[in-house]
Parts: sequence; C-alpha cells; structure tokens
Amino acid sequence: MPARKRRATAVRAVHYGVLVLLAAVVLFPIYITVVNSLLTPEAIGHRPPSLFPTHPHGSGYVSAFRSGHLAIYLRNSILVAVAITVGQLVTSVLAGYAFALLRFPFRNALFVVFLATLMVPYEATIITNTHTVTNFGWINKYPALIVPFLATGLGTFLLRQAFLGVPRELHDAARLDGYGHWRFLTRVAVPLARPAVAALAVFSFLGAWNQYLWPLLVTNTDRVRTVQIGLRQLEGTSIQQINVTFAGTVIAAFPIFLLLVLFQKQLVRGLTAGAVKG
Amino acid sequence: MSRTTAQSRRREAALGYAFIAPALLLFGVFVFYPMVKTVQLGFFRVPPFPGLPNKPVGFRQYRQVLGSHDFRDSLKVTVLFGLYTVPAGIILGTGMALLAHQKLRGIGVFRTIFSSTVATSVAVASVIFFTLLNPQVGLLSYWLGKVGGNGILQDPTWALPAVAAVTVWQNLGFTFILMSAALQSVPDELLEAARVDGASAWRRLRSVTLPLLSPTLLFATVIGGIAAFQAFGQIDLLTQGGPINHTRVLTYYLYQEAFLRNNDGVASVLAVALFVITLVLTLVQLRLLERRVFYAR
Repeated sequence: MPARKRRATAVRAVHYGVLVLLAAVVLFPIYITVVNSLLTPEAIGHRPPSLFPTHPHGSGYVSAFRSGHLAIYLRNSILVAVAITVGQLVTSVLAGYAFALLRFPFRNALFVVFLATLMVPYEATIITNTHTVTNFGWINKYPALIVPFLATGLGTFLLRQAFLGVPRELHDAARLDGYGHWRFLTRVAVPLARPAVAALAVFSFLGAWNQYLWPLLVTNTDRVRTVQIGLRQLEGTSIQQINVTFAGTVIAAFPIFLLLVLFQKQLVRGLTAGAVKG
Repeated sequence: MSRTTAQSRRREAALGYAFIAPALLLFGVFVFYPMVKTVQLGFFRVPPFPGLPNKPVGFRQYRQVLGSHDFRDSLKVTVLFGLYTVPAGIILGTGMALLAHQKLRGIGVFRTIFSSTVATSVAVASVIFFTLLNPQVGLLSYWLGKVGGNGILQDPTWALPAVAAVTVWQNLGFTFILMSAALQSVPDELLEAARVDGASAWRRLRSVTLPLLSPTLLFATVIGGIAAFQAFGQIDLLTQGGPINHTRVLTYYLYQEAFLRNNDGVASVLAVALFVITLVLTLVQLRLLERRVFYAR
C-alpha cells in the first residue's frame, strides 16, 4: 500500500511542520530577548534587526547588576519566596494533619472557614491590608512581603487530602508503638505525603516569586524590592540602556527556568494540583 | 479507663487547635478582617480635602459607583479582556497538547518548549513585549510597520488585544501543562477501541477525547475568567489602563482609586464588586471540582 504509506508520511510531515511553527511562536520572544540582552543598544536599534548575537556583548548584564541593582532584587526575591514557601508548608502540614487525622469540636466548620479563604481574591483585600501593614510599621520591610502569605487554604486542602490517604492501620500501629502525634506526623505522615508536599512547595515558590501587585504597594526602595518590581524600574530606563532591560528580564526568569528543568515533575503536579485530580 | 480516654481526647483536641491556630490567625488578620473592613469602608465617603473625617453615606456610594460609567466601562473592558484571552488560550493550549501527545521522535523537545512560558512571570512577559513593541526600537513594531509615532500599546483599537495577546502567550505554558496532564488520563484502550471500530482521527477527537477533557476545559475556562478579573501586572507594565481607559480592567481601576487617588471609599466598593464576581466564578469552579471527584470514584 504505497499510497497509504505516502499519505502517512505526508501527515507526519504536516504534523512536524505545525509543531515547529508553534514552537517558533512560543520561543521567539524568549529567544530574541536573550539575543538582545547580548547586543549593544546601537545594535538593537539597527535596521534591519539582527536576529543573531554576531558580536555578543556582556555589558547589558554587567550594567543590570551594577546600576540595575539586580543582585539586590534577586536576593530579596529569593529570600521572600523561600520564606513564604517554608511558611506555607509548615502551616499547611500542621492544619492539613489536624483536619485529616485529629478529632476536635467544630472541625468541619473550621475546615469550611479555611476553604472560604479560597473565595476571597487578595486584590479585594489590598486596601485594608496596606493600612494594616502600615500600622505594623512594616512598609519597606520584609515582613510586609512575607507574613500576609504564610497561610494558604489551597495548601491546607491539598495536604489534608494527602494525609487522608495515610492508611488508618499505620496510624493505629504507630500509636501502639508509642508514637505520639508529633512523631507520627514528622516520621510517617509527611514522608508518605511527599509528592503533595513537593507539589505545594513548587507551587508556593512560583506564586511567591511571581507576585507583582502586593510588593508594588508595600515597597518603594531598592533595598527591599523584589525582581518583579525591579523589572518595572528597568522598563522605565531609557532606550540607550535597552539591552540592560533585556538582560534584567533574562536574569529574572532564569531561576524559574532552572526550577522548570530540575523539578519538571513536581512543577507539573503543583500546577495541576486541584485541577485534574480534583 | 474512661477518664484517661477523656483526657487523651482533650489532649488531641488541644493539639488540633494548636495545629490550625497559626493559619487561622493569619486568615483572620489578612483575609477576613480586611473583607469586613472593606465592605464597611464602602459606606463612607472620603472627603475632598485630607484631614476632614470620612462621611457615612449608607448605600449611596455603592449605588453611585456601581451605576457609574467608569465602573461599567471597566467591567466591559474586563469581560472583553476575558473573551480575548480565555478561548484563544484554551484552544491554543489544547491544540498544542494534542499535537504533543503523539509518540513521535523528538516530541520531548516540543513538550519542553511548549511548557517554557511557565518560567516567565507576568512582569517578565510584559517587559519583553513592552520593549518589542516600543515604537522606536521594538522589533515587533518594525515588523508590523508601526515605527515612530504612536505604538500599538498607545492605539485605542489595538491596546487591549495586544495586552491580551501577551497574556495568552504568558499563560500558554500553564494551559499546555494542564491540558497535557488531562490528556494523559484519557485511557488509550478507549481510543484504540474507537480506532478498531473504524472511527477517523477527527471522530476519535470529537467523540472520545474532547468529552473526556471537558471537565478540565471547563475548569480552565473558569480560572481564566477569574484571572481576567484579577489581571493587573500586564496592565500596569504595558498601558497603565490607557489609552483613555481602553485597557482599564477592574483591578487596575481599583488600584487607581485606592493608591493613585487615595479614594478608599470608591476603591472599597470596587473591591466588593470584585469579590462578588470572583465568588460567583469560584462557586462555579467548586461545583465542577465536586463533580469531577465524583466521576473519579
């Protein structure tokens, strides 16, 4: 059946063609950003535009770090994102464990209260929260960027689900062996729930890293600004320094690219948590 | 015996409360208190001059703001933004997931490329396109023949579609990952059975794959809708709501009132509106999730 085989080959060729086209559309903005970050501002303005870094130039990156304060922004972002991630893991593990495996009065009602937080968009709370944070004296301080996000309804929900999957017999056996709740939590429950914990960790980190509106509201000095807000500063710089802006975006995206490469599985699970599996 | 049981129960309850206390305290301070306070702030008019006390006006401010052209216009822009971003994003993301679901040589590379925009934040994506659309040096401006004068982002007709396109691009990685994960849960046997029965590829897609994807498609639609109502970063970085409010989505309008005009009264009414809209969308989403959990069993 050569005709049929020819047809299959043609279909495959079209398939690859569409894949390549889509890949080009997705990648082009990223590619050209990397290229431009390696060019001089004059070369970027050159017409017709250069699509390859024929004479790669590191000055954009040097300026991004020297005058663009990128190192400080990066440090702040890492600090804030790590603190939020660790905090969310701790509060979610504790609350998730309580809701899954401990019995106490009003447990279900309190769980509904936790779920209710999922319905409040944080954009609707920023007016009062900026007042609160100002009253605490936290403007331009790390706690303002971190503390409001240390608890998460979604995280608690996900870990409760994971802990509900811990076999009851394991729990009973551990009790017979004299394990208290704390030991059972740290030695048995958390290790068993590791996939959920890892997914939440990646999800929390990504969310914290990408925050934009809140950091904009509670910081106005370079000392505490995060990378995302730093990009806003860089966007405002002149065309003579446009390569610095491009270098800044590459630097800001790089840690998450690394995360994507290293933790692809957890990232996928974190992003789709609550979506596909319910 | 019963005494020790009662005691251990009390201890368990105390531990339970201790475990949820940190999160509960944070929710109280940063979620529930602000929500109540915001509703209340909506009942007070901010004086035209600082230093005067806020004036209680009952529901008048709610009526005025919600009935105003500014509010309706920003609602219209937000819905339009949702219509530009959600269907396009889902169709592209699903299409890419379907194309990348085949067993072909080198398909892993395409999967990685299609996921890659999850590494870009709203700010990264916005700054990239802001520079590419710069009317003086922007590459896209050059290719689109929009050099000099007003750029696309300053064009009343094209600003919102441009911001929407940036948003679609930035979310594509996420939509792709979401739809790929959903595709993986479509049983191969089912597709194989349909193939044996002589169903064409198109027929298999329409009658087997898409129905099985429908819960995730609905989910993506709802969270896309919610995201449209919470869009802020791309507006702030690309257009600041302009030109002449053509891209002023609800959250950006709220930000302008609260932080650029210092009018907490009007801003609070907008925040309550935002809350109610999101609430409705979230309830729809939870209903869908519930149904899916039921399916899974």
